[in-house]
Amino acid sequence: MKKQVPILLAVVASLCPVVGFLLPQPWVDEWMNRRLDEWMVIIASFALVLGVVSVVQVNLHKVRRRSRGWGFSLALLLSLGIMSAFGLFGGQGERADGSLHPFTWVFQFAFSPLQATMFSLLAFYVASASYRAFRVRNVEASLLLVGAVLIMIGRIPLGQAIHPLVPQIAEWIMQFPNTAAQRGIIIGAALGAAAMSIRVMVGIERPYLGKS
Amino acid sequence: MRVDRRGSGTIGRRPGRRGAARGALALLAALLAGGGLSGAGAAPAAGSDRENPRPLAATLAVADTPADGGSSLTLTWDGARLAAALAEAHGEAEDPAAAEEAAKEAAEEGVEEGAEEAADEAVEEAADAAETRAAARAGALPAPGAGEVDVERAAAGDTAFARIASVPASAGRFVDEGLERTTTYRYRLTGRGAGGRLLATPPTPPLAPRVNAFRTRRLNALAAMVFMGACVVGLILRARRGGQIYIRRISGLDAIDEAVGRATEMGRKILYIPGIISVNEPQTLASLGILGYVAKLTARYGTELEVPNIDPLTMAAAREIVKQSYMEEGHPEGFREEMVHYITGDQFAYAAAVNGIMVRDRPAANFLLGWFAAESLLLSETGQSIGAIQIAGTAQVTQLPFFVSACDYTMLGEELFAASAYLSRDPLILGSIAGQDVMKAAILAAIVLGVVLSTAGVAGFAAWFTAL
Repeated sequence: MKKQVPILLAVVASLCPVVGFLLPQPWVDEWMNRRLDEWMVIIASFALVLGVVSVVQVNLHKVRRRSRGWGFSLALLLSLGIMSAFGLFGGQGERADGSLHPFTWVFQFAFSPLQATMFSLLAFYVASASYRAFRVRNVEASLLLVGAVLIMIGRIPLGQAIHPLVPQIAEWIMQFPNTAAQRGIIIGAALGAAAMSIRVMVGIERPYLGKS
Repeated sequence: MRVDRRGSGTIGRRPGRRGAARGALALLAALLAGGGLSGAGAAPAAGSDRENPRPLAATLAVADTPADGGSSLTLTWDGARLAAALAEAHGEAEDPAAAEEAAKEAAEEGVEEGAEEAADEAVEEAADAAETRAAARAGALPAPGAGEVDVERAAAGDTAFARIASVPASAGRFVDEGLERTTTYRYRLTGRGAGGRLLATPPTPPLAPRVNAFRTRRLNALAAMVFMGACVVGLILRARRGGQIYIRRISGLDAIDEAVGRATEMGRKILYIPGIISVNEPQTLASLGILGYVAKLTARYGTELEVPNIDPLTMAAAREIVKQSYMEEGHPEGFREEMVHYITGDQFAYAAAVNGIMVRDRPAANFLLGWFAAESLLLSETGQSIGAIQIAGTAQVTQLPFFVSACDYTMLGEELFAASAYLSRDPLILGSIAGQDVMKAAILAAIVLGVVLSTAGVAGFAAWFTAL
C-alpha cells in the first residue's frame, strides 16, 4: 500500500492533463487543469515551510560550529528574520505619504540591485567562456571561431562596411545551420521528455518516491 | 443589388419650395458629415438607420464551433459575394464626398420642388456618418476600413445589435469567442454604402454555443501519442522477454564514475545542482534519476555530497532519493539531512549562494543537470575557475553553448533523459529509449517525405502536422 497508492496517484494525476488536452468539456478543464494546478500551488506552499526549516537548520548548524563562512550564514539568518518581521508586521508597498514600507524599501533598494548585479556578471562570464571556447585547438574549434567572428561582425555596421556579403553570411548561418541544429536537439529532447513522461505514467520510473 | 436611393438619384430630384431653412440645415449636416464640425461627444441625430438598415445582399450563417468547450460560435458567409455587394454599394452610388456635395447643392437650390425631401435625406445621411465617426473615435474598435464589414451581435434580451469586430468582407468566416453557453446570440454583418448609409445582412436566428465531446483538431496529437505509447510499450515487452536493446555510449554519463573517483581521491565534496524548476519538469525528474546513481557512488566511497536546491518540492524528492541510495548501499549512517538542503526560491540569489559554496568549499566535481536559465553560465564558469571537473546536461537549447564551453562533459537534450536507462541498464527503461528512437525515425521519415511532397507541389501532407 505504501508504494501502490503513490504510484496510482501519480498515474492518475499524470493522465489528467492528457484528458484535459483532448476533451473540451468545462468540467474536465476545471478539474483536470485548473484544480490540479491550484493543488500543486497549495502543496508547494506547504513544501516552502520545509524549505525554510531546512535553511534555518543548515545555517544555524554552521553558525554553532563556526564552520567556514559562518558569518554569511549569520547574515542570512538575520536577513531572513528581519525581512519576515517587515513582511508580517511592517506592511508592504507605499504608505499614504508616498514613502515605502520597510519590506518594499529593502526589496527595491537592496534586493533588486543585488539581483541586477548577479545578472550583469554574465557579461564578464560570457567573455571568459568565449575566450576559452574560441581558442584554435583543433578543426572544430577553428570552425567555431570562424563562425562566431562572422556572426559577430555581420551583426554590426562594420560587417556591412567590410563587404555587403558579410551580414548575409551571418544571417545564413543563423537561419540554416544554427536553426537546423537547434531543431534537431529540440525534437530529440521533446521525444526524450515524452518517453520519460510515459515511464513515469506507467510507473516504471518513479523518482518522486525516492527511487531512481 | 438594390441601388441606394440617396445617391445620384437624389441629385436628379427637383428641389422643393421650402428651401432656405432646410437647406441651411442640410448644409450644416453635410459639414458635420464631412467631419469639419463633428466631435466625439456629438449626439446621434434623429433619423439614424441602425434600426432599419438597408439590406446587404449576402447570407450570413451561424453555427456552433466544432470541437470546442462551448464558448464560441462560427459565422460564415460568401466572402466574394459580400465583397462584391459592398463594392457595388459604394460604386453605383456616390462616395461620402459626393453625398456631401449633393447635400450642399440641395441646400443651395432649396427653392425648387423636392428640396425638402432631399434635405431630409441629406440630414439623415450626414447624421449617420457623423454618428459612425464619433462612435469610432470614442469606442474601442477602430472604424471599419474599405472593404470591411462590422460583425454585430445581440445577446438574448438585448434590444439592439452591438459591434464586436471589423473583418474584411472577403474573409467569409469569423469565430466569436468567449460566449456564455446559457445565452442565445443573433448576428448580422453591416457595412456602409454611399453617403455612409448603413447596410446590413438579415439577422441570424438565435443560437447558443454547445459543448462538444472531443477536440477533433487535436486528433493528430492523439495519434502521435498513441503511436509513441505503442512503440514504447511494445519495446518494453520485448525487453522483458529478453530481447537485446542497444544504447549508444554517452561520454557524459561514463564520466560520472571518473568524477566521483576524483573527488574521493582528493577528499573533497561533490556538488550536485538539479536545475531550477520543480519536479513537474521532466528534466528535473531525469536529473533526480542521475542523483540516485551519484548518491550510491558517494555512499559506497564515503565521499561528501551536497545538493543545494531552489525548489522545496525538488528538495524533498532529492532528499528521499539520496537517503534511499545510502540505505541501498548499506551506509544509512552516512546520510545527513543537511546534505540536501534548500537555499532560496530566487534564481540569482540561488546562483550567488551556490557560487559562494563553490568558492569556499572548492568541490572536486560539479554536476549541473536539469532545467537551467541565465544562471547556467554563472554556475559553470565559477566551477571552471575553481578547477572542478564538471558534468552538465540540459534540454534547454539556449543554455547548451554555455555548458559546452565551460564544462568538461555536456549531455545534450535527449541524453539527459536517457541517463536513467543508461545507468541502470534496466531492460524496461531501455525498452522505452528504443521506443523513443522508433518515434524519432518516424519523424525523420515524415520530414523527408514532407520535403519531397512539398517540392512536388503536394501541399496536404504538411497540414497533418498542424492543428487540424
